[in-house]
Amino acid sequence: MEKEERMQENNENMSRRDFLLYTMGAWATVGVGYALYAMYKTWEPLPEVMAQATVEFDLSTVKPGELKVISWRGKPVFILHKTEDMNECPNRTVAGHYTVVIGVCTHLGCIPNWEADKKIWHCPCHGGEYDACGVNIFGPPPRPLDIPPFKLKGNVIVLGEEGPEYKKMISG
Amino acid sequence: MRFIDWLDERLAIRQLIKVMMTEYYVPKNINFLWSFGVLIVLMLVILIISGVFLLMYYKPDANLAFDSVNKTIMMDVAYGWIFRHVHAVGASIMFLLLYVHMARGIYYGSFKPPRELVWLTGYVLFVLMSATAFTGYLLPWGQMSYWAAQTITTLFEKIPFIGPDLVIWIRGHFIVEDPTLTRFFALHVVFLPLLLIIVTAVHLYAVRIVGSNNEDGEPIPKEEKKKKGIPFWPVFMSKEFFVMAVFLTFFFFLVFFHYEFAMDPINFIPADKLQTPPHIYPEWYFLAYYEVLRGFFFSQNLGLIAFVLSMFIAMFLPWLDRSPIVSGKHRPLFQIAFWIFVFDFVFLTILGKLPPTGLYAWLGLIGSIIFFAFFFSLPIISRIERKQLENGGKK
Repeated sequence: MEKEERMQENNENMSRRDFLLYTMGAWATVGVGYALYAMYKTWEPLPEVMAQATVEFDLSTVKPGELKVISWRGKPVFILHKTEDMNECPNRTVAGHYTVVIGVCTHLGCIPNWEADKKIWHCPCHGGEYDACGVNIFGPPPRPLDIPPFKLKGNVIVLGEEGPEYKKMISG
Repeated sequence: MRFIDWLDERLAIRQLIKVMMTEYYVPKNINFLWSFGVLIVLMLVILIISGVFLLMYYKPDANLAFDSVNKTIMMDVAYGWIFRHVHAVGASIMFLLLYVHMARGIYYGSFKPPRELVWLTGYVLFVLMSATAFTGYLLPWGQMSYWAAQTITTLFEKIPFIGPDLVIWIRGHFIVEDPTLTRFFALHVVFLPLLLIIVTAVHLYAVRIVGSNNEDGEPIPKEEKKKKGIPFWPVFMSKEFFVMAVFLTFFFFLVFFHYEFAMDPINFIPADKLQTPPHIYPEWYFLAYYEVLRGFFFSQNLGLIAFVLSMFIAMFLPWLDRSPIVSGKHRPLFQIAFWIFVFDFVFLTILGKLPPTGLYAWLGLIGSIIFFAFFFSLPIISRIERKQLENGGKK
């Protein structure tokens, strides 16, 4: 009789201990989870970096035949207002007149220079050439210059957001 | 009361010395290759000390880092150049020591039961040391530092779904920038060395429990330890001091007369995020893996998978090579595979620095396949040896 009572007491104690153990375990898991989340968040780009994620630029400020270079996410973006004597490429032309490409050679990441007399981009590193559409026409580059994701708001181009024109260009 | 007695009462220091040093027996039938473990500990100490002194003048800031290394430490700080050259050459030589130490383990079957944990902790140490070398290489903020970090972090982009976001998270920026430098700095000077020290302690503890392997892979029972072995202290170490002296002569010869092999000229150009150097290549100790990455030249994804696999496949050796014969000394078939693997590793290292075009591209592919063939041949060799042993037993 006495033995049974003791056992019952023991069982009760065990379940109480288990309850405390599980509670503590669950609580610690929540704590560790939050700590890991905080550590994860500290490695995210700072607000000042995220501010560079999108860049707005007024296309109408580029005169016909002119090239402007702007910086987007640490990379140069070429904006060329094409004239009629340049190659036509409807699926690579933004807002009817503009070539908008990331100015990083697709070969090894050098920055090609615009040669206005020949109307080509010439890469100083290995002699790759791109026409006014940014399509590789000579040398080692494996593909045309990349087009950055963009959205159009009238004359203003927003780099870093995918608008319907960009999606159409990529799928077409 | 002697001081040692006073300590012993409070820390059981005598017991500790016995377990770690004077009654830890190293087998008699070993060769000079067994001296590399202690050399690695010595190298780690040299790296930590030289690193602490570099840390006193280094500035982890994208605008200041390059000059703090190349001007302040190299020109202004008295003997700063010694600490830099010791640290750079030391990192390079560390990998030479690690490769010899690991090759010894593979040849003599030191990863086999009961030493699986010695091998696993050792492999974790190799991976940690690689991460330490990679993060440290960014710190001088030269062109090679910058573009090595840029290319290697870009590899994460290929991971399905999370890749592109993961790369930005690792860099803390869209490209390698100041946040990348400061977090690599934190990992290089605090987190990774701390882990290295902890795992080294576990590694050394594990080897004291199961004992060192020997040339014949002969298990040594407890009762025979004294007969078949020598105490680590003072007998083994008295020999080791001689090896250390020879090694340090070689090491400081490199530091003073041939440090340039660890100092790429391209890295003396400040990092320029708008200008990739025409040829990017890693330090020599990563060239073999880099060649595996490039070896599958027809598919970038396959190359990437092969690259990751090549870095970790050796970790699974205890489960790939299950031959009952422990030491390679008594395994003619394994010896052939082993030496092909060693030459292939050297071959890949040489190819890694050559341009990946034409014939070199094909040689890289063949070399990469041989690299993996070694690991996949081990279960087959093990099975053949097991059968030979069984047949031999019947006769």
